[in-house]
Amino acid sequence: MAGDQELKLLGSWASPFVIRARIALNLKGVGYEFLEEGLGTKSELLLKSNPVYKQIPVLIHNGKPICESMIIVQYIDEVWAAAGPSILPSDPYDRAIARFWAVYIDDKWFPLLWKIIIAKADDEETAEAAEQVIAGLQLLEEAFEKCSKGKDFFGGKSVGCIDIALGCYFGWVKAAEKMAGVKLLDKEKIPLLMGWAERFCSADAVKELMPEVDKLIEHGKMVRARLNAAATN
Amino acid sequence: MASGGEVKLFGMWASPAVRRVEWALKIKGIEYEYIEEDLSNKSTSLLEYNPINKQVPVLLHKGKPIVESLVMIEYIDEVWNHNPILPEDPYERTKARFWATYSEGKCRDAVGKVYFTEGEEKENAIKYLEDIVRVLDEELKGKRFFGGENIGFSDLVLGWMAFWLPVAEEVASFEVLDSEKFPWFASWTDNFLQVPVIKENLPPRDKTVEFFQNYRQQRLAA
Repeated sequence: MAGDQELKLLGSWASPFVIRARIALNLKGVGYEFLEEGLGTKSELLLKSNPVYKQIPVLIHNGKPICESMIIVQYIDEVWAAAGPSILPSDPYDRAIARFWAVYIDDKWFPLLWKIIIAKADDEETAEAAEQVIAGLQLLEEAFEKCSKGKDFFGGKSVGCIDIALGCYFGWVKAAEKMAGVKLLDKEKIPLLMGWAERFCSADAVKELMPEVDKLIEHGKMVRARLNAAATN
Repeated sequence: MASGGEVKLFGMWASPAVRRVEWALKIKGIEYEYIEEDLSNKSTSLLEYNPINKQVPVLLHKGKPIVESLVMIEYIDEVWNHNPILPEDPYERTKARFWATYSEGKCRDAVGKVYFTEGEEKENAIKYLEDIVRVLDEELKGKRFFGGENIGFSDLVLGWMAFWLPVAEEVASFEVLDSEKFPWFASWTDNFLQVPVIKENLPPRDKTVEFFQNYRQQRLAA
């Protein structure tokens, strides 16, 4: 790609949404400047680039901001189409399936996981949320079987849209297990997904991005404390 | 063009999510079979094609189901290339998708909050909704539609606000659509509802008000 292209990514090491954008950029072999936002602070650049949500990630390409992680991922796939493997499938129906699962994961499944992460100790809702997270993983196990068609990833031979949409949360799933003392990842129940998760986390485009679970737990506890403090104020 | 029988849409007459898919199909001139669902008694077909969400709309193309209205519209746009709905330029596409996401997240939440609250909570919800509309008003500055001179993806997805927000105002007794406070948004709603494909594909206003009155009462009683 042209050397005069300027690419910045505003993000944080812990955010699964930011990890999505970084995986996509890695898949395409595109260089970028990573600007780390601290927890609880928002830089001038972030507020200027994403005035509506004031959230990371924001990709800034030649001065033009792009917000929302899956929108960023699709943009990267379209602009650097020739530079690396396709992230979205080529067939329109397969693309619709991929987009459907991305919506399911973000709108239905992740809020349940988040409930577990920020729950206070002995919260009754945690057990119920855990059951629903597991039920969701069961659906994703079936989806994996259909989409992968025997290959390594949802996207087939290489990491694709659903892999990115789901895989980015993997560290947080493990963190949630430890924080709430629940078992979410059961090799008996989701054998295909467990195999996939290992392959995903060791893929070249992913391996250096997945945060350590202990660090996520620490981070999660801070987020939880801030949320609970805000709620009581 | 799709021949009869190839495209089916499961819907409910009052649903904005269903209507926006119909607008997309009409823009492309695609023939489709429409199947009205009774949501209190969902058909086995609907549950078979959308087992996860169990909701309308569901689009069936050559027997294969697609779920989620935004996903459906992108699918329709990709399979039938004429009369494009999404822009061609990748950066413009991100903007189109951004406002679509804004509709389904922030806008729907904001209107929902006004619908289902009362008293001080409702007053706060109305202020919040005004902030949401203000953002849209600013985005529309100098533009006829979100898509520019012609309606596009963002317009189709946000279009529910042009019809169903005034319905909500009547049902839940509030006012947010002020053409002095939000002149660009007000013009957009007028222009949008005048587009032939939209104008000819709206549910009857009185029936819709009645439907949502009942819906609101049921939810508030629960």
